[in-house]
Amino acid sequence: MLNLSPQILYQGAITILLIGAILPLTIELTHRHSTSLANGLGAGAALLGSGLGLAGALLLLFGQSSVAWQMSWASAGVNLCLRFDPLAAFFLAPVFLLTGSGALFATGILASSKQPGKSGRHWLYYNLLAVSMALVVVAADSLLFLFAWEGMSLFSFFMVIYDQDEESTRRVGWIYLVATHLSAAFLFLLFFLIYRQTGSTEFSSFATLKALPTSTAVLFFCLALIGFGSKAGLFPMHSWLPEAHAAAPSHVLALMGGVMLKLPVYAFLRFLICLPVLPAWCGLLVTGLGLAGALICIALAALQGDLKRSLAYSSGENVGLIFFGLGLWLYCREGRFDVPATLFLVGALLHVWNHAFFKSLLFFGAGAIIHATGARELSRMGGLLRRMPRTGLLLIIGGGAIAALPPLNGLISEWLLYLGLFQAGQTSIGGQAFIFMLLLVLLVIVGTLVLLAMSRILGIALSGEPRSFEAREAHEVGPAMFIAMAVSAGLCLTVGIAPGLVFPLILGPLALLSPELATGAPEILATLPFGAGWSWTCLLVLLFLAVYVWFYYRLPPGDSRRRNTWIGGLLPSPRMSYTAGGYGQLAQENLLCSCLRPPIISVRTPVFFPGHWQWRCRNIDPIMALILMPLFSQFSSMAGSWRRLQGGQMNIYLAYFFLTTILLLGWAFSS
Amino acid sequence: MNDPATTILFTVILLNFFLLGTSRLGACIRVVAAQGALISLLPPLVHGVGVHTMVLATGALTLKGLVIPWLLFRAIRQVRIRREMEPRIGYIATLMLGALTTAGAFIFADRLPLLSEHHHTMFIPASLATLAVGFLLLITRRKAITQVLGYLVFENGIFIFGILLAEAMPLMVEAGVLLDMLVAVFVMGIVMNHINREFSSIDTENLCLLKE
Repeated sequence: MLNLSPQILYQGAITILLIGAILPLTIELTHRHSTSLANGLGAGAALLGSGLGLAGALLLLFGQSSVAWQMSWASAGVNLCLRFDPLAAFFLAPVFLLTGSGALFATGILASSKQPGKSGRHWLYYNLLAVSMALVVVAADSLLFLFAWEGMSLFSFFMVIYDQDEESTRRVGWIYLVATHLSAAFLFLLFFLIYRQTGSTEFSSFATLKALPTSTAVLFFCLALIGFGSKAGLFPMHSWLPEAHAAAPSHVLALMGGVMLKLPVYAFLRFLICLPVLPAWCGLLVTGLGLAGALICIALAALQGDLKRSLAYSSGENVGLIFFGLGLWLYCREGRFDVPATLFLVGALLHVWNHAFFKSLLFFGAGAIIHATGARELSRMGGLLRRMPRTGLLLIIGGGAIAALPPLNGLISEWLLYLGLFQAGQTSIGGQAFIFMLLLVLLVIVGTLVLLAMSRILGIALSGEPRSFEAREAHEVGPAMFIAMAVSAGLCLTVGIAPGLVFPLILGPLALLSPELATGAPEILATLPFGAGWSWTCLLVLLFLAVYVWFYYRLPPGDSRRRNTWIGGLLPSPRMSYTAGGYGQLAQENLLCSCLRPPIISVRTPVFFPGHWQWRCRNIDPIMALILMPLFSQFSSMAGSWRRLQGGQMNIYLAYFFLTTILLLGWAFSS
Repeated sequence: MNDPATTILFTVILLNFFLLGTSRLGACIRVVAAQGALISLLPPLVHGVGVHTMVLATGALTLKGLVIPWLLFRAIRQVRIRREMEPRIGYIATLMLGALTTAGAFIFADRLPLLSEHHHTMFIPASLATLAVGFLLLITRRKAITQVLGYLVFENGIFIFGILLAEAMPLMVEAGVLLDMLVAVFVMGIVMNHINREFSSIDTENLCLLKE
């Protein structure tokens, strides 16, 4: 019998994905009218490859072993080290899961695409993006890691500018490219410094970093935080995130928002293992940045008129929460609060999975809505629950999960964070306890804002009356797209109902990240109230909800409970309902401090009777508008004065060569 | 001065000055051809007559003395120009710069950490001076054809430098360098033809719009 080790499964997955990247393009280039064949091949390869990879990752995660192997190519001087351990498997599982369901979703989008001849390109970028993400996770060598990292940036860039015919998309692609490469620049610097310290590019030799003096370790830590944090969308380097995530196709967003934002977190963790004990403020810095990002991003999410932008900001919020948990883990680890440290780490890791599940569900749902209505603005949606009941139901599950409502998965990870804060607050004294309690309150505010943002998205898009002709004509999506969404929704429910199933899988990564916590962790997790009683209660609540919904839909259409609200004999019109902007006014005017409010254009004629009144909120990230744009335009004007050197005449360039040669000769002569 | 190699190298330097000072293209091509032919005599003179040196000398003589001049004469016949008008820097100024760089080459060559047998020979200064003159031609002249000539003079400088190493360098490398040069002149001829057809002159200033 064939012995299927995780390593073989992984290699098989990569091979199939590579084939699936190249074959559809070749077919489409050679046979003009074979778009559906190319689609089938691309999606099939992505599904098969991701299935194999997922199996490998889960096998390893259940088996708790680790594998390291090398791929040498002596004549090219290449010696690639790869490592496959529970931590890698923990992040690989969502990569492959979302690659598969994203491919399934893409078949639905591409099948009805009005632009033939783009499928081959799509599958090339999509599958290569999946391959490079999978490589980032298992790379155990700086060069291979940076190579895969660059591949990940480039292929996601190509997917962001997939609709490159639009001017705005190209502009966004430019922002994204610059942002990813700025982060890559810090990483190159980081790995170069590490190479100078250790003299090796292999991660296995980074263990010698443990002996670093604290100042160097802090420098490395800060470089890693900037480099990885800006790729993850950590505040204040999140400005590219809503831009890029508003442009890419929805299924790619599920992949990008669901897992690509987590890979920097993974790499950051990988790197943290190698560092010596850091000062306490490092943990608090990560916590603070994470929490600030979560607060600001979710407040901005509640303002966005564009559905995808709103979800993208919410990704920024979730990344902030993950960093919040990790920062607290770092802080408590150094402070020897073992129980809270375990809770924070497990909470942050579980949130990585949870966010992958519910954010992919929400992006798929947004993609389905945009596919069905052709509109991206919330103000053109409305009444979609009646027209797309299945998609609507799944979207409600996703929204509930992200807002941490029981019995869904978002609650579990956030519960762990809350519990950790309580525990830490109780066991510490004085000022320290105050900090924990303050963080707890701020976390509660974040949770409330998520509820506001999600109820806004769901309420405006799904309920009420259609606000546009397109929304009136919306249709339910096909089975492929529905299955992709249902997989994510099922996982949200599973983790929410039976969290006990997932906890054992986190112990492996936990033991790698924090060996000192590994022995106590199972006992701590066993004290959590997530046993059989929890599961049965959740199921009972779900059953009750299902019966209620079923009963409601069985009501005859004439029943008063199914008709519109009585509004004094007027015909209800969508103009009477809350708009997306109106609903977000609370966040706009009361929650954001004035410097962070997006610029507003408001025109009101000062007369006694209502006249023309205009109120528009500009769609630009405050950090981008206030800091980054002025900074970059300053740079560009400074750099512009050097452009005169580029005269365009070959003689001048040759003169530069000549002068440089003379100067160098003179320098050699004098020294 | 009684050594024939030194005489040749002096002549090469004098020819450099002639190139910097003249505007007639036909004379320039002839001078570059003469310079190439002269330095192709150097390998047998320095290292003695042998298969290696003779092959090198014959190849260089054929290419530098005959084939390339013929190609260039054909090119100026086709584009019908005789003179380099209005160089970027005037002839007198270029001559002064040439004199300065030649002097600099002599001073610099004295200070180089050379093998003892290469000390106090003309090879290093002549080669550096020829390189600089090639550079000056490339920088100051506007016409594509004079730029090709500058490139050839530059190559002659490298060739003189290479003679010091002729024993150590395999024949294949030198053959490759010569072939490279021939191909480069071919390509430049084609480029020149295209510039001429596009702008009805071979003034390279027309290309400055290509900068982005």
